[in-house]
Amino acid sequence: MHIVVCVKQVPNTTQVRINPETNTLVRDGVESIMNPFDENALEMALQLKEKHAGTKVTVLTMGPPQAAEVLKEAVGRGADAVVLLCDRAFAGSDTWATSYALSTAIGKLERPDLVLFGKQAIDGDTAQVGPGVADWLGIPCIAYARKIEIAGGKAAVERAYEDGYEKLEVALPCALTVLKEANVPRMASLRGKMAAKKLGIAPMTAEASGADPARLGLNASPTRVVKIFSPPPKTGGVKWQGEEPAVMAQRLADTLRERKLI
Amino acid sequence: MAELNYGLSELAQEIRGMVREFAESRVKPVRAELDETGHFPTEILRELGKMDLMGLYIPAEYGGTFEGDSMPNLIAVEELSRICIGVSVSFAANGLGADPILIGASEEQKKKYLPPLASGEKWAAYALTEPNAGSDAGSIRTTAVRKGDKYILNGTKQWITNGGEADIYTVFAVTDKNRGARGVSCFIVEKGMPGFKFGKKENKLGIRASATRELIFEDCEVPAANLIGREGTGFIWAMKTFDVSRPGIAAQAVGLAQGALDEAVLYAKVREQFGKPIIANQGLSWMLADMATKVETARALTYATVQSIDRGSKDYSKFSAMCKVYASDVAMQVTTDAVQVFGGYGYMKEYPVEKMMRDAKILQIYEGTNQIQRDIIGLALNKEYGAVAKK
Repeated sequence: MHIVVCVKQVPNTTQVRINPETNTLVRDGVESIMNPFDENALEMALQLKEKHAGTKVTVLTMGPPQAAEVLKEAVGRGADAVVLLCDRAFAGSDTWATSYALSTAIGKLERPDLVLFGKQAIDGDTAQVGPGVADWLGIPCIAYARKIEIAGGKAAVERAYEDGYEKLEVALPCALTVLKEANVPRMASLRGKMAAKKLGIAPMTAEASGADPARLGLNASPTRVVKIFSPPPKTGGVKWQGEEPAVMAQRLADTLRERKLI
Repeated sequence: MAELNYGLSELAQEIRGMVREFAESRVKPVRAELDETGHFPTEILRELGKMDLMGLYIPAEYGGTFEGDSMPNLIAVEELSRICIGVSVSFAANGLGADPILIGASEEQKKKYLPPLASGEKWAAYALTEPNAGSDAGSIRTTAVRKGDKYILNGTKQWITNGGEADIYTVFAVTDKNRGARGVSCFIVEKGMPGFKFGKKENKLGIRASATRELIFEDCEVPAANLIGREGTGFIWAMKTFDVSRPGIAAQAVGLAQGALDEAVLYAKVREQFGKPIIANQGLSWMLADMATKVETARALTYATVQSIDRGSKDYSKFSAMCKVYASDVAMQVTTDAVQVFGGYGYMKEYPVEKMMRDAKILQIYEGTNQIQRDIIGLALNKEYGAVAKK
């Protein structure tokens, strides 16, 4: 079985701020990490590899040269092969152009049985790239997967909802976007880290991917970002503390009634 | 944070980062629960195995990553101990159990027993102590009688760390009761061998996540091929093991004391009384300064001992005892002071320092009480200076 996992390098959002004048993310000095949901997708692939002998896991990312770091992290955890799709031609691609670019790169690989994505990236939060790639590849996609079992060329997948889940059966090849609750991502092993350190990663260019240049980059992207802004922090408010719960509850109810909220 | 440069290898530094991250993300969230319930950290050890961290002390030819540098393993123990020594002793006891094999076993025995320990697939335990043979380890009563191609073991071992959880046990038993300590032999006993049972799990003051059990041998049949070395060499393996394993206890102590210091300083910076953080009081900041100084001196002595052993020093028994006794006394003092810094909160289970203080006590007791360590140091001094006096 061949599993392709698409991952993204994202800024560690616990450290990100927004420049109030330009409305863009301040990425200076912010550490880059593997998108947390992609870690769950990779873990799902590695667990399938442990279960099904002969499985190969390829990890693919599109990004600048430093995105090689997330691929090294993936090798440290047990990925067999990595692909860095890297070219100026990709710069500024939105989810549509990114999905297209990733699908062409996957087309250059050994035909996958499974293509896995994290549910969404924590920087853009669109959750569009996984289903987009599946569409370009012409394979079915199950979003929000939390469990998978593979047998007889089919996958039994649980798709989670807020209030329950669906059990779906799908023929391979297929694509999945994976939830956090699917698993606990492993940490890299010592031997994996050592192998990753020695690893040289030659980028796959736009030309090598065979992608149509007219469908790549900012100009080919239909999305236009009008404005990014931080919602103004909440101010004011009233805080009561220290009294008997019954007194506090009474005061809360009176206040809500006064303001005609209940 | 400023750190002394101990000239650690790239591997040792890598291990520090890996294990620190592991301990913070995997051990810290569950340490209070493990302490409360006394559950063995099975999942944590399994994960450490998958990360290739169970074979740091085992040479590459037997599946590990050891290449003459003992610091990576020592640092793994230290970093786990910073968060929980109940977990770190369960990790380190594998090395203790394997040491007699590494030191005294035949090539065939090493090839059979070390690879599954290196991969973390199996765990080990060291079985010397008995109800009436603690500090006086030479007076053990478990017997091993040769019968054809087997030895028949009878007796009870007490307080065996990883007992019941481990798969491979290095067990010390008397093969010739007329020869005292020279009549002791060491055997590799596998879980499941006929006549090998486990007693109850002990309910302990600290290191509650670790498993401490009795091992019961009732006509237990062990293949003669599982004797380490020759009959009567067991006590030598036992003592040589302690000489190399004691710095591991010191590393636990350094890690634990560092963990307590970290908690105490952070708390002293945020806790305000009389309108200012308590760290602004000279009395308290001097206390923290002493704690930090003790931790670093304990670390320096421990690292120096291990690095000296790695460089081929022969006479290190005294220094092994020194780092064990010094670092464990420091751990007891620093964890007790950490509780004091926290005041009433420190006495409560909601904060981690009371556990650290309870955990610290064992470091002054196991692998030779601190009194025994001082005996070893005193004997060495007597011998060394005696030789000089004769000249």
